[in-house]
Amino acid sequence: MKLIFEKHKDGRRGFSYGSNCVLEAKPLPRKYCRAKAAILPSLSELDVVRHYTNLSRLNFSVDTNFYPLGSCTMKYNPKFTEKVASFEGFLQLHPLLPQLSGGGKLAQGSLEVLYETEKLLCEITAMSAFTMQPLAGAHGELTGVMLIAAYHKDKGSRRKYVIVPDSSHGTNPASAAIAGYQVKVIPTGPDGYMDLAEFKKELSDEVAAVMLTCPDTLGIFNPRIKEITDLAHKAGALMYYDGANLNAMLGKCRPGDIGFDVVHLNLHKTFATPHGGGGPGAGPVGVSEKLAEFLPISRVVKRSDGSYALDYNYHKSIGYIAPFYGNFGVILKAYAYMLILGKEGLTKAAEIAVLNANYCQAKLKDWYDLPFSKNCMHECVFSAARQVKYGVHAIDIAKYLIDKGFHPPTIYFPLIVSEALMIEPTETESKETIDAFIDTMIEIARLAKENPSLIKQAPLNMPVKRLDEVRAARDPDLSWKPKI
Amino acid sequence: MSFVPHTQEDIKQMLEAIGVSSIDELFRDIPLGLRAKSFNIPAGRPEFEVTQILHKLSLKNGIGLINFVGAGFYDHFIPAAVDAIAGRSEFYTAYTPYQPECSQGWLQAIYEYQTIICQLTGLDVSNASLYDGGTALFEAMMMAIRETGRNKIILDSGINLIYRTMLYTYTSNLSIEFVEIPVVHGQSSRKDLFKHLDNKTAAVIFQNPNFFGAVDDYSDAVNEVHKFGALAIASVYPVSLGLLKTPGEMGFDIATGEGQSLGIPLSFGGPYLGFMSAKNELVRQMPGRIVGLTVDSQGSRGFVLTLQTREQHIRRQRATSNICSNEALCALRAVVFVSLLGRDGLVELAEHNYQKAEFAKEQLLRLKSVEVKRSSATFNEFTVFLPCNADKVVERMIEKGFACGFPLGRFYKGMDNYLLVAVTEKRTKEEIIAFIDNLKKVL
Repeated sequence: MKLIFEKHKDGRRGFSYGSNCVLEAKPLPRKYCRAKAAILPSLSELDVVRHYTNLSRLNFSVDTNFYPLGSCTMKYNPKFTEKVASFEGFLQLHPLLPQLSGGGKLAQGSLEVLYETEKLLCEITAMSAFTMQPLAGAHGELTGVMLIAAYHKDKGSRRKYVIVPDSSHGTNPASAAIAGYQVKVIPTGPDGYMDLAEFKKELSDEVAAVMLTCPDTLGIFNPRIKEITDLAHKAGALMYYDGANLNAMLGKCRPGDIGFDVVHLNLHKTFATPHGGGGPGAGPVGVSEKLAEFLPISRVVKRSDGSYALDYNYHKSIGYIAPFYGNFGVILKAYAYMLILGKEGLTKAAEIAVLNANYCQAKLKDWYDLPFSKNCMHECVFSAARQVKYGVHAIDIAKYLIDKGFHPPTIYFPLIVSEALMIEPTETESKETIDAFIDTMIEIARLAKENPSLIKQAPLNMPVKRLDEVRAARDPDLSWKPKI
Repeated sequence: MSFVPHTQEDIKQMLEAIGVSSIDELFRDIPLGLRAKSFNIPAGRPEFEVTQILHKLSLKNGIGLINFVGAGFYDHFIPAAVDAIAGRSEFYTAYTPYQPECSQGWLQAIYEYQTIICQLTGLDVSNASLYDGGTALFEAMMMAIRETGRNKIILDSGINLIYRTMLYTYTSNLSIEFVEIPVVHGQSSRKDLFKHLDNKTAAVIFQNPNFFGAVDDYSDAVNEVHKFGALAIASVYPVSLGLLKTPGEMGFDIATGEGQSLGIPLSFGGPYLGFMSAKNELVRQMPGRIVGLTVDSQGSRGFVLTLQTREQHIRRQRATSNICSNEALCALRAVVFVSLLGRDGLVELAEHNYQKAEFAKEQLLRLKSVEVKRSSATFNEFTVFLPCNADKVVERMIEKGFACGFPLGRFYKGMDNYLLVAVTEKRTKEEIIAFIDNLKKVL
């Protein structure tokens, strides 16, 4: 498709502000003005709408395709949450209003949403308090590690390491490093669990925290998790829970009960807010009681008269990690989702998510290698190692799935599984959809043996064939350039 | 309601295929002692009840106020077409375009977004977006620290205090030396800048227009900064770039900012849009996703995520940043917004903001008791000196239906009587006059 810039025509307008109704003031002095106007496309409103509508049709999305992208929890995003988030009272509210004298009473609705969401998340995770500020999961991780740093500093303890298993999300070590820690990586043992002997070896009074995903990125719940948290606590380290996989745990198991001190959640995963093509998400962070005083300010409090207010009076707070109160629009949708599902709905979500993943695992395990043959939770991780013998790699399988109308699973992650295919069906997908996916996966396994070139050519039915990523990186073309 | 499609029969068949007798059995790896000790969540409710509860809550927010509060976050008009496109679920229910062949719509839209950010800021390369203006500024600062191998940062105190506080928070566990240079008569003090600028300086950061609304040409300062081998970073307000000299024209190395003004609702502080652009040579230091143009196996044009070796999923603790998700849907709003306005519309928008703010200034001058600070040119926001505490005035004006501005005493010592007033294109002549009439009454 042409770029929007290639559809430009001088003189066209898609929007007009009309006359400005005030007297012309003397113009801004030239030295402050741009010499060259921005080269932007000029089109009619229809041109713009048609362009982006047609672009939208080139995407796979949850609403159009099965999207079992492991670790991303691509569940259905209920439509009513979009409607709720579009209520003018929420949409138009200026974030500084409650910070003005007399403005707080005009922000009570939004403050209540924040307060009540925090309360629900505390109960879901068994944490004492939450900050709703982090703007994404990785942002929550960074916030969590900063809270851990503040805690140790306050105790006068200088610790310089954060431990992560080699199966962790890349964001864990990256967040720890940005917060100023050195990262120690623990290998995964042959049983699929973090190697406990190696872990004990690395644990010391210089370790600030251990960051774990539970269930882990292989989709497995480690039954010895309590032993790990106990060992860490004994060494004075804090336990960090990467909540990317919380969907499997809703109503079943709570990080706080296991001994985790800090938790980040991905509202766009577990609580069904749209992923927006890469964001916005929201990554609230919950903490146990001993860490609550370090949470970012402001915090929302409920006064004795039942009204809500912003409280800045926490002198040990780490400060501001976002300009305001988090991605409010996203938090609101997650709140609406929790209200409609309630206790039974949330528990059922976890149960069916786990059922769907185990069903995929059971149906495909004869066709693909299962590196760690265990009962899985919300996702299962296969390896395409068997198919590689015929020259078919995980990426080829992904491209063939695209041709068949399925968004591929996450591939090549976790890094500890060669040719990984990480499948997370989520609870909102029906047996029929999953069966169709399974049939296609089996077809691929057969074709890999019989006619591998057919898979390696894929995709053939999409607007573009396989794209040259090496060329894109070698000679980056990152924006359209006007012809002069 | 759980949006689960499974019938009892489905569940039975699936359990059989798995070879277990109950769903409970699937959770057997969780030791009984680690099961949830409680789960006191209210029972679910039907859609119409939840919708009603939240509608009532939305009405508890007072949004009838006529808004003159900006302070970095502005009440701009959003054309309905922006909502229509951002409301297409083929966009909003997709995720990061890891698989380019089934994500060309998103990838092309982001490539177009990157282009408009480059055009607005006058710089070479843009990423696919960041969380907000504050985190974008932090990321820019870290780019400069990595690029120069130095750790001293000079901050103009005209940068929004919210952003400065964020920079301090993020670096509290790192060894970074900060120096703040004062704003004198509305503008960043060159004398203080030159005093502190040295060979240890990684970056100097300015904001244009600054928090007091003043616009400046930083070319001279940027030139000095470069003589010391440091980078110059600008935090900018994109709507103002319809008129104002661009970061690129002033020689800045990196530009960041809050993109909320480009078609994104105020929404009580988020989701917003952090944008970032930089000179070509800094592209491998950039954080976040970047979309690039390439060709497919038949030679046709297509788009992919590129330069991924910078990123956490590959580089882990050595990545340029920990960013995974960004604010793509807000970036989409921005590119649709700017495309609707086009070349002339963006200039018109900036002109209207400037003209209306100038009109408000003229009208305010008629009030004997206030003083409009006119030592420097402004864009759509300016500082007013009141005869009494601005906090009090703000409170009385709220009673009268106006969010009349931001009291600067909240952020700056000794400025209790100063009010920061923003006037966007949405404010009509009548609203501006009514605002001033009411201000007169409460003073």
